[in-house]
Amino acid sequence: MKGMTIIVKTISSWVKVLIVLFGIYIIHSGHLSPCGGFAGGVFLASSYLLLMLAFGRDVVERELPPSVALKIACWAAFTFAAIAISGLFFGKNEFFWNYIYQKWLAGAGIEVHFIAAGTISLAEFAIGLLVGALLFLVILNLSTFRRDTSASR
Amino acid sequence: MSIPLPLFIAVPLIIAFVLPMFGRKGKAVATALANMVTISLLVFAVASIGKTEVYEIGKWSIPLGINLVLDGLSSLLLLAINVVAAAAMLFSIKYMEQYTAKTKYLSLFLLMVAGMNGVVLSGDIFNLFVFLEIASLASYALVGFGCDHEELEASFKYMVLGSIASVFILFAIALIYGNTGTLNMAYISKAIQNSGLNAGLTFALAMFMAGFGLKAALVPFHAWLPDAHPSAPAPISAMLSGVLIKALGVYSLARIIFNVFGVSVAVGWVLITLGVLSMVVGVFLAVGQWDFKRLLAYHSISQMGYVILGLGIGALILANNGKVEWAAMAILGGMFHLVNHAVFKSLLFLTSGSVEMSTGTRQLKELGGLAEKLPFTRATCTVASASIAGIPPFNGFWSKMILVIASVQAGFLWLAAVTVIVSLVTLISFLKIQRYVFLGELPENLRQTKENKGFMLIAMVFLACLCLLMGSLVLVPGLKESILEPAVKVLTDGLNYSANIIPKL
Repeated sequence: MKGMTIIVKTISSWVKVLIVLFGIYIIHSGHLSPCGGFAGGVFLASSYLLLMLAFGRDVVERELPPSVALKIACWAAFTFAAIAISGLFFGKNEFFWNYIYQKWLAGAGIEVHFIAAGTISLAEFAIGLLVGALLFLVILNLSTFRRDTSASR
Repeated sequence: MSIPLPLFIAVPLIIAFVLPMFGRKGKAVATALANMVTISLLVFAVASIGKTEVYEIGKWSIPLGINLVLDGLSSLLLLAINVVAAAAMLFSIKYMEQYTAKTKYLSLFLLMVAGMNGVVLSGDIFNLFVFLEIASLASYALVGFGCDHEELEASFKYMVLGSIASVFILFAIALIYGNTGTLNMAYISKAIQNSGLNAGLTFALAMFMAGFGLKAALVPFHAWLPDAHPSAPAPISAMLSGVLIKALGVYSLARIIFNVFGVSVAVGWVLITLGVLSMVVGVFLAVGQWDFKRLLAYHSISQMGYVILGLGIGALILANNGKVEWAAMAILGGMFHLVNHAVFKSLLFLTSGSVEMSTGTRQLKELGGLAEKLPFTRATCTVASASIAGIPPFNGFWSKMILVIASVQAGFLWLAAVTVIVSLVTLISFLKIQRYVFLGELPENLRQTKENKGFMLIAMVFLACLCLLMGSLVLVPGLKESILEPAVKVLTDGLNYSANIIPKL
C-alpha cells in the first residue's frame, strides 16, 4: 500500500504533531479534572492511525516498531503498578497512597497546580503511554488482515 | 502477619508486565520469577485464612472509593485458586517448552491469576466485573495459545459466548446502579433490604444468573466449555476447569444471590434445576467421549452441577425459614465439593497433559497399556479418578456424602438418588479412561514412551497428596472450623453480610 495523495500526506504529517500535543495536554490536565491518561492515550494512538491511513502500514512500522511499542506498554504498566505499590512504603502504609501530595511538596494544597496532584499525575502519564502503545498495537494488528479478494474471482 | 489485600492482585499484575520484556534469552529467569509469584501468592493465601478484613484503597472511604473485602468465602476461594495456580505453574515449566513465546504465556497466566484473585476479593460490584474481564480476556488468549485451526475456533467461540455473558453482567450492574444508586455490594444489599425488590432489580437478578451461569458453564449455557477447555495447553485447562469457572461463575453467583439480593424460593428452585440438569446432562455427554481432555471437560459441567445443587438446597431451606443447620450442611457440601473439584480436576488435566506430552495424542482409542511406561502419571491419575468418582478415602467421597446427607435431611430423596446415580456414571467413565489409557495393549508406536520427571511430577504428586489429605478438612475438628465453616457462615448469614462488612451502615 503506497498511501494516499501528496496533499493528504503533507497535511497529516503536520496534523500528527498537533494531535500528539493535544493528547499530551489531555493526559496532563487529567490530574485533577475529568481528562486523563485513558482519553489522552487514545489521542496518541490516533495520531499513528492517521499516519497509517495516509502513508501506509510499512512507514508506521518503521517509525514505531511493534516491539518497541510493546516495550513501552510493558514499562508504562509496570510504572503504574510500581507507583501504586510504592504507596505501601511511604506515608500511611496504604496501597495507592498519594504520598507526594500529602507530604513533600511546597505547592500542595493549591488545587489548580499540576504538581499538587502528586502521584496521580505520574500514574496518568503511565496510563496514557500504556493506552497509546496498546491501542497502536491493536490497530496495527487489525490492519494485517485484509479481505481476500482473490478467492471470489 | 497481616498481608495488605491489594498485593494479591498487584504482585501478579506487576510481574505480568515485566515478563514479556525478557524475550527469548531470559526465558529461564522469567519462568523462575513467575513460579516465585505463584508460590508466594499461595503463602499469602494460607496466611490470610480465618481473617475478616476490609481494605479501602488509597484511604478513600467506602461509598466513594474502591474496597476489597476478605471474608471466609473469599479466603476459601483464594486458597483454591492459588493452590491450583502454583501447581499449574510448576507443571508448565517443562510442559510449555513445546510452545513458542513462553514469556507471553507466563504473563497471560499471571494476568488470569490476578483477575481471579480480584474477583474473589472485590467488595464492589463494578470492580468484580473489571477483574472478571481481566481474567476472561487472558483466558480467551490462552485457549487459542497453540494457534492451530481448532484452538482458534474454540477460542473464538469461547470469546463470543464469554462476551455475551459479560454484556449480561454489565447490563445487570447498570440496572442495579440505576435502582439503588450505589455499586458497593454491602450498600446495594442494604438498599434492597430497605426498599424491597422491584421489577428492574428482579430483571437484574435474572441477568446475573444468565451471565454468571454462562461463565460457570451450567447446562443450558455450557456450549463453549467442551471446546475451550480441551483446546488450551494442559496447565491452562487445569486452571480453567479447576478454578476459573468457579471464581468467575459460582463464587460470583453465590455472592450475588446469598449476600446481595437475598435468597428466595424461586431462586432456590432455579439453582436446583440448573444443578440437576448440569449433573445429569454433563455426565451422560461425558461417557460417550473418546477425547481424553474433552471427556474431562464434560465432567467439569457435571461436577459444577453438584456445587450448584448444594447451594440451591441451602438457598431453598433458608428461603423457607427451615433449619439453618440443614442449610449449612447443604452449602458445606457444595463448597467442599468446589475446593475438592478444583484439586482433582486440575490434577486430571495435568495427567492428561503428561500423557499427551509423552505420546503425542489424546485420543483414547490410540492409547493403551501405558501403566508400565508412565507409572507416576498412572498412579496420580488413578487417585484423581477415584476422587472424582467418590471412592472412600479420597476427598470427592466426603463432599458427595455430605451432599447426599444434606439432601436426605432436607427431604429431597430423589435428589440424593440422582447424586448417587450420577456418581456411578462418573465412575464408569473414569474406568473407561483407566482401561483405554493405562491398561489394555500397548500400541506399537508407543513403545518408546518415557515418563515425565522433574517439576511436572512434583506438581502432580503435590495435587495427588492433597486429594488424599483433603478429607481431613471435614474430619479434623480444628481445620473444619477454620477453613470451611467461615465460608459456609458467610452464605448462611445471607443479608447480614452488609452489617458484617460495614458495621456503621
